[in-house]
Amino acid sequence: MDLSLIIMQLLSGIALGAVLVITALGLTIVFGMLGVVNFAHGALFMIGAYAGLYLASLTGSFWWGLLLAPILIGAFGMLIEFVLIRRLYGRSIDDPLLLTFGLSYVLVEGVRIVFGSDGIPFPTPPQLIGVLDLGIGFFPRYRLFVIALVAVVLLALWLALEKTRIGLIVRAGARDPTIMQVLGVDIGRVWLAIFGLGVGLAALGGVLAGPMRSVNPEMGSLVLAEAFVVTVIGGLGSIVGAVVAGLMVGISISMVALFAPEMATIVMFALMAVVLLIRPQGLFGVRGRTA
Amino acid sequence: MPKSGSTPRITRRTALAGLSASAALLAMPRIGRAADETIRIGFPTPLTGPFAAEARDQVKCAELAVKLVNDKGGIGGRKVELLVRDDKLNAGEAATRTLELIEKDKVHAVVGALSSAVQLAVNEVTRARGVIYVSISQSDTINEAKDFSKYTFHEALNPHMTTAAVARQTLKKGMKVAHLAADYAYGHEMLRGFKRAQAAIGADNVGEILHPFGAADYSTFMPRLMSMRPDVLCISNFGRDQANAIKQAVDFGVKQQMKIVVPVILHNQRLAVGPDVFEGVVGGANYYWGLEAQSKSAAAFNAAFKAANGGAIPTDYGAYGYSGVGSLLAAMQTAGGTDTDKVVDALEKLQYDLTKGPQHYRKCDHQSVQSVLVLESKKKSAMAGDNDLFAILANDAGSDDMLRSCSELGHAT
Repeated sequence: MDLSLIIMQLLSGIALGAVLVITALGLTIVFGMLGVVNFAHGALFMIGAYAGLYLASLTGSFWWGLLLAPILIGAFGMLIEFVLIRRLYGRSIDDPLLLTFGLSYVLVEGVRIVFGSDGIPFPTPPQLIGVLDLGIGFFPRYRLFVIALVAVVLLALWLALEKTRIGLIVRAGARDPTIMQVLGVDIGRVWLAIFGLGVGLAALGGVLAGPMRSVNPEMGSLVLAEAFVVTVIGGLGSIVGAVVAGLMVGISISMVALFAPEMATIVMFALMAVVLLIRPQGLFGVRGRTA
Repeated sequence: MPKSGSTPRITRRTALAGLSASAALLAMPRIGRAADETIRIGFPTPLTGPFAAEARDQVKCAELAVKLVNDKGGIGGRKVELLVRDDKLNAGEAATRTLELIEKDKVHAVVGALSSAVQLAVNEVTRARGVIYVSISQSDTINEAKDFSKYTFHEALNPHMTTAAVARQTLKKGMKVAHLAADYAYGHEMLRGFKRAQAAIGADNVGEILHPFGAADYSTFMPRLMSMRPDVLCISNFGRDQANAIKQAVDFGVKQQMKIVVPVILHNQRLAVGPDVFEGVVGGANYYWGLEAQSKSAAAFNAAFKAANGGAIPTDYGAYGYSGVGSLLAAMQTAGGTDTDKVVDALEKLQYDLTKGPQHYRKCDHQSVQSVLVLESKKKSAMAGDNDLFAILANDAGSDDMLRSCSELGHAT
């Protein structure tokens, strides 16, 4: 086996992992901080892709779509939290799960009604069309951009959580919301913002995936499954876990595709099964945590 | 996800017991009004899932075929009704729906299915109950003796026909060919067809990759496909898999190195990813609306479809819905009703021309002998309008020579 082929394969795995990381991150943050398993995450990913496409065609630029869609859909996520999910805090974990599960059907059918069930083309931004010669092979410019953007978003997120006052409140709120309220922090506002952030990340994943796939109402269902697998491998609620597991899954899929391509989809579930057997709480999860 | 409550698991035994009891109750009053009873055609198709766009076109065109017959007074004075069911692209679901159509809705025949695996499940049910089934899904196996029955008809093209026609237009002796195929019945049959055709032409196989059915990402297969350095890449998959695979191959610069060829080029998927991605891709087809320039039947079909659907044009898989139901209804017309043996006999003798020229069902395996189109996706600047998607490279007239021989398929000759 050629070394340059293996490096190229590794690179496609990282690009694949980058989108997985972004989507799994939103899911794991919302679970870790709010204890809500958001089954509408995949549908919101899809809505993000449609919003990005719509905004891009409205403004004539992919970049506006990329910037505005996550903000807009993030705000929509806050509305969902404020109107629906907020009422279910303190109840069994199944309640928000069922609510968001139902919501995902509403969102998918809503998009079918508005945009139709056919796929819609999402053009790659003109600056990123084509391939870059890496010396050992060609790689799509757009996928390199995705890797870079995800790295920037991760860095920004890490800085915000670790180095700012708001990040401190968020981390403390995840650990003990009652004490935070006693200390005079309006924890409801923190949860609202966190849910909005999680949904915004799903939407960002959707916009980023748009130019790589055809955009259609069902595109989120597969993504939801993948995001759950990544979250479970990394440990529910763990941000570092989501990043490590996302890249791990992406690279595993890619490497398996090289040797046994028909196994490429199964490998992530196999990986999840192995992790669950050896470390049931996930790679970076906390044992016995039920949120 | 439906729980067992909404879609009851019917075992053969309970189904037969329950349904035959209710059938016995209903049988008595039915005898007297058999003559004016409506003719019911069951139509299972995957309205949800990755082939939904193609399935919806099938339904529209099947409804058109029924409407045209009803407008002319039906068959022997009886109205025709189409009973559409969502098979969800799942063999078990399709078998359950088909069983319901036969036992509960008392359909006189079944037409439909889009996936090659699902049609075999439908065929299992219909042939066990002696109900006519006209399949409009691409498949080689349904023609083979083990899956065949006198009630089984195959109106669609089969992989052997399309791959041979496409290979003739695109492959030359000594060319290097690589394959990316979906890992299920359709992909396997198309791959087998291409390999047979390329061997006959004298092109070399440099490698093949099977990908999981319904995959959203194909990037991980691209470096290896590029490293095989083929002249032609054959991508044998269907629906959104086709759109995603071609789109990502183009992203990786595949088209600069090699030509992309598909067994069946899909109208809806070309629309879903746009002209730039599909530009220059060559594939087979049963139908393309642009055929109207050279075929009166196509012009008439287009006109009827436009009139019924607000000016829209019919698609490739839509045309299957029309010719599948249309040929069955024509045979019922000849047979003067729904008597199964008479309709089978009429179908075997039928010469029909509904969308693109003369067709007939071959006696030994009930495969529809028909023309095969080879299309090339047009460059954006060469398109005369939004619907001007493809250039017709070839229109091979239908003949028995296109098909595998009856004896090769295991039929007594």
